[in-house]
Amino acid sequence: MLLAEVTYRCPLHCAFCYNPTDYDKHTQNELSTEQWINVLRDARKLGALQLGISGGEPLLRDDIEEIVEEAGRLGYYTNLITSGVGLTEKRITAFKAGGLDHIQLSMHDITEEINNFITNTRTFELKKKVAAMIKDHGYPMVLNVVIHRYNIKHVKEILEMAEALGADFVELANTQYYGWSLVNRNQLMPTKEQIDEAEVITNEFRQRVGNKMKVYFVVPDYFSERPKKCMNGWGEVFMIVTANGDVLPCHSARVLPNMVFPNVKANGLGWVWQESPAFNKYRGDDWMKEPCRSCDEKHKDLGGCRCQAFLLSGDAEAADPVCTKSPHRHLIDEAIANAQKPYLQAQPILFRNDKNSRKLIEGENRELVADFHALP
Amino acid sequence: MSTISDNQDNQQAVTGAENGVAQSDVYAIARHYRFQWEEAQQCYVLLFPEGMIKLNGSAGEVIKRVNGRASVADIIQEVSQAFPDVPEIAADVLSMLNLAVDKAWLEKRN
Repeated sequence: MLLAEVTYRCPLHCAFCYNPTDYDKHTQNELSTEQWINVLRDARKLGALQLGISGGEPLLRDDIEEIVEEAGRLGYYTNLITSGVGLTEKRITAFKAGGLDHIQLSMHDITEEINNFITNTRTFELKKKVAAMIKDHGYPMVLNVVIHRYNIKHVKEILEMAEALGADFVELANTQYYGWSLVNRNQLMPTKEQIDEAEVITNEFRQRVGNKMKVYFVVPDYFSERPKKCMNGWGEVFMIVTANGDVLPCHSARVLPNMVFPNVKANGLGWVWQESPAFNKYRGDDWMKEPCRSCDEKHKDLGGCRCQAFLLSGDAEAADPVCTKSPHRHLIDEAIANAQKPYLQAQPILFRNDKNSRKLIEGENRELVADFHALP
Repeated sequence: MSTISDNQDNQQAVTGAENGVAQSDVYAIARHYRFQWEEAQQCYVLLFPEGMIKLNGSAGEVIKRVNGRASVADIIQEVSQAFPDVPEIAADVLSMLNLAVDKAWLEKRN
């Protein structure tokens, strides 16, 4: 599975974005069309079959048509992951002709107010139009809705909106805390009760609509007792090529310390996948410390997420703090408790935009990221 | 980061084709799947977002004939002609098609 994060530029400024807070470093040195086409060819030779085209907002590049067409020729199953901003009749017609298989559209809320607030833009009406356009062109309509405190009370209405739009698949993705969403964690995290209620509502909705619409409910790991098998195993399935050509085993791997990530400008993908120190670092379980090393469940989750372990505990080889066997589980419980404190909730949200990214790079607002071992 | 969790396998199994496929039904590969021969794996595969189903030889022979035009009866006939020595092949083709409809790999076109 190859994920191409073709640009970090984005017209939306979502507070829950998992992109790196220092993404502004990587907006002026994006790979060229030709470099992307070479990436697709190399990865296909290695056996990649799935291509996700993501960002930022991929449609801010004007060569997505060419990338899609090459992916079609190479036999990829290609999925465009978009906010819908920049999707026009002309472009979607070209994508269809070029062999794009699937479009995943992000939606934010049933209410214009919350959509526009959380994305820090005015995009609500546009998203509804784009949803209809996707359907008209014979694509299944696949909506991804990131769930957080501001929209969790509207899950029923969100599902009803999706039904009215003719959605075939809806993913209710509870916010995971990386990048911008980690900085805004106190403002975004719902309570356990709200999540349980949202799940009950989702199940009732599933019963009612049956097979017509498939709903995924992604349980947030903070509220679980065991971590998720991050990326289905480090260097097992996923390869992420970012806007500037860095190759990562996981979207947020650049936060990890003492790691040098390969770059497609200098390294062939075959070497990257098989030989590079970065892709081998957390492959398998040799790297594990206690309590993971002797844990009889270690093969189920491989110790969870390395980035989350580092961001919260400062140790990339620690057990994911989500695990109740982790000596750092208290960090998760504190985060859950903190998110209910009115004075922390009242802190301003740091929206994902170029200005805020530059400020973080230049060392302003350090207190927001220092706790998370995430200084740029 | 983690990716999509799956959760509705139960629902799919319950709500598939209630009475099984009929001889006159026409199916196509469901819109969000792509069916192709995969050289590296030496088998037919069904691709969908973030996943892949490898089809064994006989499943591939059935699914490759599902094209939005051929009826179930046509497919049974074609497969029977291609493999004249296999006993009771019609029942196998039918159960393969039922499975594929249950799994929502196929969608009905008539």
